[in-house]
Amino acid sequence: MDLLAIDLSLALEKLLLIGGIITFSLIVAMYTTYGERKVAAFMQDRIGPNRAGPFGLLQPLADGLKLFFKEEIIPTASSKLLFVLGPALAMITAMLTSAVIPWGSSINVFGRDVSLQIADVNIGILYIFGVVSLGVYGIMIGGWSSNNKFSLIAAVRGASQIISYELAMGLSLIALLMMTGSLSLRTIVEQQMTGGWGGFLGWNILYQPLGFLIFLICVFAECNRTPFDLPEAENELNFGYHQEYSSMKLGLYLFSEYVNMFISSAVMATLFFGGYDIPFVDEATLSLTIGANAVALLGFGALFAKIVFFLFLFMWVRWTIPRFRYDQLMDLGWKKLIPLALANMLITAIVILWFNK
Amino acid sequence: MHITEILFWFLTSLSLFSALMVVFSSNPVYSVLWLILVFFTISGHYILMNAQFLAIVNMIVYAGAIMVLFLFVIMFMNMNKESEPQKSNWLRLAAAVSGGSLMLILVAALKDNGGFINSLRGEGNIGLIKNLGKVLFTQYVVPFEISSILFLSAMVGAVVLAKKEKSPVVS
Repeated sequence: MDLLAIDLSLALEKLLLIGGIITFSLIVAMYTTYGERKVAAFMQDRIGPNRAGPFGLLQPLADGLKLFFKEEIIPTASSKLLFVLGPALAMITAMLTSAVIPWGSSINVFGRDVSLQIADVNIGILYIFGVVSLGVYGIMIGGWSSNNKFSLIAAVRGASQIISYELAMGLSLIALLMMTGSLSLRTIVEQQMTGGWGGFLGWNILYQPLGFLIFLICVFAECNRTPFDLPEAENELNFGYHQEYSSMKLGLYLFSEYVNMFISSAVMATLFFGGYDIPFVDEATLSLTIGANAVALLGFGALFAKIVFFLFLFMWVRWTIPRFRYDQLMDLGWKKLIPLALANMLITAIVILWFNK
Repeated sequence: MHITEILFWFLTSLSLFSALMVVFSSNPVYSVLWLILVFFTISGHYILMNAQFLAIVNMIVYAGAIMVLFLFVIMFMNMNKESEPQKSNWLRLAAAVSGGSLMLILVAALKDNGGFINSLRGEGNIGLIKNLGKVLFTQYVVPFEISSILFLSAMVGAVVLAKKEKSPVVS
C-alpha cells in the first residue's frame, strides 16, 4: 500500500504540535480576557476582577462556565445551519493562521529534530492573507442569518472595513517582502537573526518603521478592535453582529476576537520584531553552553514576551482612544493609509535599487 | 491507490457536487456559499498540481474578495421565491441547448489530452512563485503590463462613475 508511505512519526509529531498550539492559543486568549479587564481597571482606577481565586485568576474559567450554562436560543426566523456555522467559522479562521508561524527553532526529541512550526510553506505570508480574507465570512454569515437589521448592518460594516484595510495591509507588506525576498516566515525570521548585536540590528522594524505602523493600524482594523470596533458599536447598533447570539455561540464570537489578537500579535512579532530571536544574545554561541533545546525554549519565551507586549498595546489603545466614525474610518483606510503604503513601497524599491546597482 | 489520487477524486467529487448545489439551491445566499466551496476545491486541485501560488491567489481573490462583494449585494436584495421572475419554457430549452453544446465542446477538448491527466502528479514546478514570477516578468512582461493598465483604467473608471457630482456653486 502506497498510502502507508507517509512518515507516521512525522504525522504524530505534527498532530501533537497542532494540538499543543491550539490549546496554547486558547489558554492565552482566555487569560487575555482577564488581562483586558485588569488593564481596563488599572486605567480607570478600579481594582478589576478579584473574587474568583487568588487575584481573580479563575475569573476566565468562571466566565466560560457561565457562558456554557446559559440558555441557548436560536431565533425561529433565522437560517439555522448558517446561524451555527457563523461562530464556528469565526473561530476556525482565527486559529488557521497559527499554522505558518514559526514558534521557535527546532528542538531535539529522542534523536529527532522537531521543528516548532506546523507547516513551513513557501507562500507563508500569502497564506496569512488568504485566511485573513476569509475571516469576513464568520461575521457576515452570522450577521445575515440572525435575520435582524442591526446584525446585518453591523456585519456589512465589519466586512467592508476588513476588505478596505486588507489592501493597505498587503501594500505595507510588499515593501517588507522586497527586502527579505522570501515569503516563508521561517526564512524571514532567520534573516533577522543574522543582524548585529545578537540579531537586534537585523529586525525589520529598524528598516521598515512606516510599513510597521501601517501594518499595525490595519491589524487593529482587521481584529475589530477599538478604535475600529464599528461592527460592535453598541450605541448605534444595539450590540453588533452577534446580537441574536446567546450562550457559547456568543462566547465563540467574543473569544475569536481574542484569538485573533493573539495570532496577529505573533505575526507582527515574527515579521517585524525578529520572531523567536533573543535580542543582544548570539543564539549559536549560547547553544554551545546550554544546549540547543534550551535555546529553542528561550527563543519561544522571547517570542511570547513580544506577543504579550503587543497584547498589552491592544488593550492600552482600547481603553484610551475613542471610536472612529464610519466615514473617518473609510477616509483613513483609502485616502491616507493606501497612498502612504504605496509611497513606502516606492521608497523601499528605490533604496534597494540604489544599493544593489 | 496513491494518496494524491485519493485526494484528487475526493476534491473532484466535492467540487462537482458543490458546483451542482450552486445551481440547485433555492436561496441565492446558499448558492454563493456553495460557490465559495467550489473555489476552495479548485485551490486544492492547484495544490495537487504543485501550483501553490495560484492556489492561494485563487483563494484570496475569488473566495476572499469577489465572493464577499457577491454576498454584500445578495444579502441586501433579500430575494424571495415570489419576486423571482417566471421564465418561459422556450427560454429554458434555449438555455439547455446552449449549455449542453458548451459542455460538449469542453468534453471534446479535454478527451484526448493525456498530458492533462499526468499533470496531476505534481511534478511541474512552474506554479511555484519564483518560476511564475520569472516567466511573467521576462517572457510575458508586455501582456502582463498591458493587463495591469487595463485594471488601472477599470479602477479609475469605477471611481469616476461612483463620484458624486459637485452641486454647481451659486455665484
